[in-house]
Amino acid sequence: MKRLMINKIVLLLSTFAAIIGLVFLAWILTTLFLKGIDAINWTLFTKDLIDGGLRNLIFGQFVMALVATIIGVPLGMLAGIYLREYGRGVYVNIIRDLNDIMMSAPSIVIGSFVFVVVVVPSGGINGWAGSIALAIMLIPIVVSTTDNMLSLVPTELREAGIALGGSKHKVVLDIVLKAAKVGLMTGILLAFARIIGETAPLLFTSGTNSFWTTNLNNAFPSLTVSIYDLANFPTDKARNLAWAASFILTITVLIINLVGRFITRDKG
Amino acid sequence: MNRELIFKRVAFSSATLILVLLLSIFIMLFVSAKPAMSEYGLHFLVESNWGKIVKIKSDKSKAISQKTKRSADKSDDLFADEDSPMFSDQTMPGNDQSEQVVKTKTIYGGFVPIMGTILSTLIAMVFSMPIAMGIAVFLSEIAPKIIVKPVGIAIELLAAIPSIIYGMWGLFYFAPLIQKVIGGSQISLLTAGLVLGIMILPFMAAITRDAMNTTPDVLKESAYSLGATKFEVVKDIIFPYAKVGIIGSVILSLGRALGETMAVAFLIGSVFKISGSLTSPSISIPVVLANNFGEADPQMMSALFYLAFILFILSFGIIALAKFYFLRGRR
Repeated sequence: MKRLMINKIVLLLSTFAAIIGLVFLAWILTTLFLKGIDAINWTLFTKDLIDGGLRNLIFGQFVMALVATIIGVPLGMLAGIYLREYGRGVYVNIIRDLNDIMMSAPSIVIGSFVFVVVVVPSGGINGWAGSIALAIMLIPIVVSTTDNMLSLVPTELREAGIALGGSKHKVVLDIVLKAAKVGLMTGILLAFARIIGETAPLLFTSGTNSFWTTNLNNAFPSLTVSIYDLANFPTDKARNLAWAASFILTITVLIINLVGRFITRDKG
Repeated sequence: MNRELIFKRVAFSSATLILVLLLSIFIMLFVSAKPAMSEYGLHFLVESNWGKIVKIKSDKSKAISQKTKRSADKSDDLFADEDSPMFSDQTMPGNDQSEQVVKTKTIYGGFVPIMGTILSTLIAMVFSMPIAMGIAVFLSEIAPKIIVKPVGIAIELLAAIPSIIYGMWGLFYFAPLIQKVIGGSQISLLTAGLVLGIMILPFMAAITRDAMNTTPDVLKESAYSLGATKFEVVKDIIFPYAKVGIIGSVILSLGRALGETMAVAFLIGSVFKISGSLTSPSISIPVVLANNFGEADPQMMSALFYLAFILFILSFGIIALAKFYFLRGRR
């Protein structure tokens, strides 16, 4: 009887813990949605921050994440291909471990690194520095995804390609990558969703900008950095703007994540 | 040159880029922190003043009365190097002798942010670990099949929410509640730690559940068929089997909490003080960096990089520990 009692108590506690966790998380989402829907209106998308809108910030954040993806994805995929298709032995394992460590490196440290190597030589904060910081966050994620996804491609496909007389890089590019396409797409989407919500690496690399700009050599508008500034601003107007921005950001990140899941589920 | 070789070389270079990046982060942080390192040495770790201006001429009366003697003394004084960018000559007004020139230097110490980082991470871990374990056990053993999937997906989606959202929610909603329940200040180590805990909760729960799910069903079924209760299966089968993976997951979460900036920045208060009470404001390394990088003079900049270097080494060490001892062969 005692065993059953203990069992009951522990199961209750565990369920209770799960409920506590979910309540907190539901609380955050509800606040975000209520506050966000309250604060959001059409003019936010047509005005820049200087006029009380968010247009330039949304554009800036998206552009920096996109540039980071354009820089980071080819490099990350090539590295992942090397690890899975070409490399052997100790070196590959060392790179894999270092890559995992890179993936968990504090984002603010990456920001300060980019500050030394890009911002200081170029004379000031600018959009390129922000994009490079985000790219450094992105590369390890893409490397690890590519590595994992290529490992799921059956060896027989590669052997068949080689047997048909294809050279190794042809086999990799035309057969292996195609077979892993869906997984790779999902991985890139999730990586994009991860970096588009980053704040810390942008704080002193891109900074933020109240005005509309498309020139990456300027201080570049960033949605997340502006959320930080606005939320610490003691007026209701600024805070509402921060909530609207957070809402837009979260919705974007959640939608990208759901799309990623949906694509993979479709393929089984 | 043939394409095959070119492709292989390009791929190899990209893989090596990881190594190069990590090494250059290490080297650049070290080089930038060098002035502060040689100035303060390891004493930096226990020095609790930040930006305190102190006079460095102990025999200043002599120095004032005999200016010529002062310059002769210079070679004896380690700190009197005029060329050093670390020190500034400063005229102190309001003294008896208006001509008096007193050398000062600014002391930067990392004790408060280091302690703030450790304490906020500890609070976060103490708070979130039991809840994350509960969620993981709930998802892998207790919950009915129909709700396992939606709850699992919800948790994973929540892990994807940007940390700045957690910080903002914490500032405007969670901190006032904590103040009502526990008292103290809204902006404090405690609220920062708790919000940090809530932020890493979904991540920790998700990877702990994954670790628990590696337990083969056959083992669990055998235990159940012998009459074991669910708790006994969790305690005697799942935990021992997945122990290594679970500890690894916890350490990974610890590494994430340690380097987190935005969830903490809203709540910790940016005050260079450890007051002995968890309900008063303090500061952590990432927050020092986030708030001071923009307007730092060269000396402070170097101290900031010293802190960044410490944070990098700490997180590197923790993740490496998790990788090498606990997550081996998990890929």
